[in-house]
Amino acid sequence: MFSYNFHWNQAFKALPQMLDGALVTLQIALLSMAIGLAVALALTLFRLSENRVLSGFATVWVEIARNTPALFQIYMAHFGLGSFGIHLSPYTALLVGIAFNNAGYLAENFRGALKAIPETQTRAGRSLGMTPLMAFRYIVMPQMLRIAFLPATNQMVWAILMTSLGVTVGMNTDLAGVTQALNAVSFRTFEFFALAAVIYYLIAKAVTLAARLAATRMFRY
Amino acid sequence: MFDTALTLADLGFLAKGAAMTLAVTAVSVLAGTILGVVFGVLRNQLGTYWSLPLTFLLDIFRSVPLLIQLVLGNALQSILKLGWAPFTTSCVVLSLYTAAYCTEIVRGGISAVPTTTRRAARSLGMTWWQDMRYIVAPLATRVSLPAWIGLTLGVMKDSALVLWLGLIELLRASQILVTRLQEPLFILLICGAIYFIISFPIARLGGYLEKRWSND
Repeated sequence: MFSYNFHWNQAFKALPQMLDGALVTLQIALLSMAIGLAVALALTLFRLSENRVLSGFATVWVEIARNTPALFQIYMAHFGLGSFGIHLSPYTALLVGIAFNNAGYLAENFRGALKAIPETQTRAGRSLGMTPLMAFRYIVMPQMLRIAFLPATNQMVWAILMTSLGVTVGMNTDLAGVTQALNAVSFRTFEFFALAAVIYYLIAKAVTLAARLAATRMFRY
Repeated sequence: MFDTALTLADLGFLAKGAAMTLAVTAVSVLAGTILGVVFGVLRNQLGTYWSLPLTFLLDIFRSVPLLIQLVLGNALQSILKLGWAPFTTSCVVLSLYTAAYCTEIVRGGISAVPTTTRRAARSLGMTWWQDMRYIVAPLATRVSLPAWIGLTLGVMKDSALVLWLGLIELLRASQILVTRLQEPLFILLICGAIYFIISFPIARLGGYLEKRWSND
């Protein structure tokens, strides 16, 4: 029944290559998260604004990001944008796709966090002579980021897992891409991908742990 | 002005892909939910310490990319010479993936039922099973349903990844059409619209239930 010979040696020999891939994975995840956070903040401001066009734009972005598969969004960046004459490399397409997704989910997190902050806080800031933007920047935003920190951590883990989708658009430098390239040469699918799974697991756990440590330090008061 | 080579037959092909997406989702969510409820109750009964192995095992499914899980599942079934079709493999992997998330939701729902309420039930002479069936189940369902709807939609979207095993679901069907017709933007937009039409109303329903059931 069990006539398969495992060749773990080959997988372990490729470990340095795969760890290089893991760095690329982490890089994409961090970059996409940074872009996603910035865009999500902008979207949150748009949604709060009186301007119908801006708030409509933000709502459409959030709903599309949340109601279509991440893989579809990456395909859209890679194949779809080609129709406008924009040809993105797999790396950029992956980054754009994940950042788009992150921004949508983070904006929704921020909205949930905003609900927990009483309206009176803004009004108190305004009556101290702050402009609306100042009240948001100095009163609401710090509290919002604090509440949204844990969901954002989850989104970061999601971003790491999503980077593996790059392999479907021809990405070959991140962890999944490297593993697939190695697999294409040796056909040791199980060994290589099991090792990749372990690495992904460790990265996800390390990020979660780091975020938790950071949270206890940042939110001491 | 606008010209496309897309025919009615191609739309039918996309619809078939969408049906495949829904079939994979339905099977996986059904099996995953049953498993998730069992694991969730088990984790609650065993306590933190004794359920540690189960917690760890399920955590793996949430910390490893689904694509890798699918590849590993497929490799494993060929190593074990199970001879599963891609559809079966996809459903098995997605079910376990769903179960891992569902366990968390069920566990959260059960722990949201106040201990005092359950003790009251037991002191009225209810058995453990009666307590579970008539006290915990209704209250926990109320808490968990919005999250479960979210999970179902998540699985529906994640089921796009089964294309890697060669299953022709919605996204793969659009990709095939794109390769043939060379109109990536138009076809992908249709594909996205189909996902959106399936997902958006259900997401709204989940949001509504969450709002409706939260304040009491």
